[in-house]
Amino acid sequence: MTKLIELSGLSVGRAGRPILSDVALELAAGERLALVGPNGAGKTTLLRTILGLEASGGGSIRLFGEECRTEKQFARLRPRIGFLFQDSDDQLFCPTVIEDVSFGPLNLGHDRAAARAMAEEALGRLGIADLAGRISHRLSGGEKRLVCLAGLLAMQPDMLMLDEPTNGVDAGNGERLREALRSFPGAMILVSHDAEFVADLATRAMVVRDGRLLPAEIHDHAHTHRHRHIHVGSGG
Amino acid sequence: MTVIADPRLGLVTALIAIVAVAQLHGLPAATAAFILAAMLGGVTRAGWPLARRLVHVEGFMLLLFVMLPLTMPGEPLARIGPLSVSAEGIALAALVALKVSASVLLLAVLVGSMEPARLGATLHALHVPERFNRLLVMTARYVDLIRAEAQRLRESMRARGFRPRSNRHTWRSYGHLAGMVLIRALDRAERVTEAMRCRGFSGRYPHAAFAPPALRDWTASIAVAVTGLILLAADRL
Repeated sequence: MTKLIELSGLSVGRAGRPILSDVALELAAGERLALVGPNGAGKTTLLRTILGLEASGGGSIRLFGEECRTEKQFARLRPRIGFLFQDSDDQLFCPTVIEDVSFGPLNLGHDRAAARAMAEEALGRLGIADLAGRISHRLSGGEKRLVCLAGLLAMQPDMLMLDEPTNGVDAGNGERLREALRSFPGAMILVSHDAEFVADLATRAMVVRDGRLLPAEIHDHAHTHRHRHIHVGSGG
Repeated sequence: MTVIADPRLGLVTALIAIVAVAQLHGLPAATAAFILAAMLGGVTRAGWPLARRLVHVEGFMLLLFVMLPLTMPGEPLARIGPLSVSAEGIALAALVALKVSASVLLLAVLVGSMEPARLGATLHALHVPERFNRLLVMTARYVDLIRAEAQRLRESMRARGFRPRSNRHTWRSYGHLAGMVLIRALDRAERVTEAMRCRGFSGRYPHAAFAPPALRDWTASIAVAVTGLILLAADRL
């Protein structure tokens, strides 16, 4: 079976400064890969390069088995990879929620009624059907994130790439987000500092450090720890 | 209740009527225009919100009534120290105030508070170039965000002890602030475009098509436009 993403020997630089060098990565269907690493290590740059938003300085990018070099090649495959931006306001540009979620399906060539139905279905699946008529910039951080995700799911992508999805999301909407991602059948690349979130969702992890992409391990083990705490009431 | 339900006709009618009002030279015609526009406003039963919108404008008009009589040369009506109040100035201020008020009323009644999305679709249907259209709609969407960004920058300046004064440091700091807001807006625009491309955008926004306007809309539109043109003709003859 062809890999969804295959990178080899990939390097990216900006203004003469290398950001990533000699990156190799393979992502198979159903895999949920977590990318971890310190701030500024190049995790977002890697995601943007995979989509052709950032020019690579060398190496090869294959998406769904096809070698991608030109904007035209990337543009054709981009809708199959749902990319959740770090800042929801970058993604939500339509005045109302339903218009924003229908934007993708309309670009895919669906007619207005079909696009609306797909948007409503995506909103319903995330349990936020009631947000449809709301003004997008007046939503809370968590609601914005869920609407962005609905905008991606409405396009029925084969995989998702999520850049810090839990940032600025309240606990209730965070649980909805997690539930939705858990039930997403496709593959996923997940960039997050939220260790618990990553451990819950990811099947595999890699670390970006000093411009390199290295394999990492997810393991679980029992914790034993000591701490001081306060007991209320009479001593016993 | 709206006078013209179809947004395309509403926009075009408002444009014709306002252009006609803007060309008026005489006080009687301008007064008639204002009264007619107010009557049109009465038909919509918009009432208080409409009046409030007008009050916003009248603040600026008040400024005209202060400035123009003192600065227009002409027959002096009264003297305040070295300054003289001219009749021509008062007449001109009244003319401008009547025309502006009539135009604001027309715009509020005929175009109303059209949402940006609907405005985009309307301009598209009127064959306004897509680039110009998108500029307008995107500005409406992001102006709040950019304002909030500027506000945060200003607060952080204040938090570090900045107090605006009339000196070089203040001007330079405001220059930096304006520059930074522009740069951030540019970055934001870059990212919004990328997010749109990621969702398959290729340059044309898929707008909804409009149904043809109702007969009632045509009638109202023609009535308003013709009234405007008759006023203009009466003013000139």
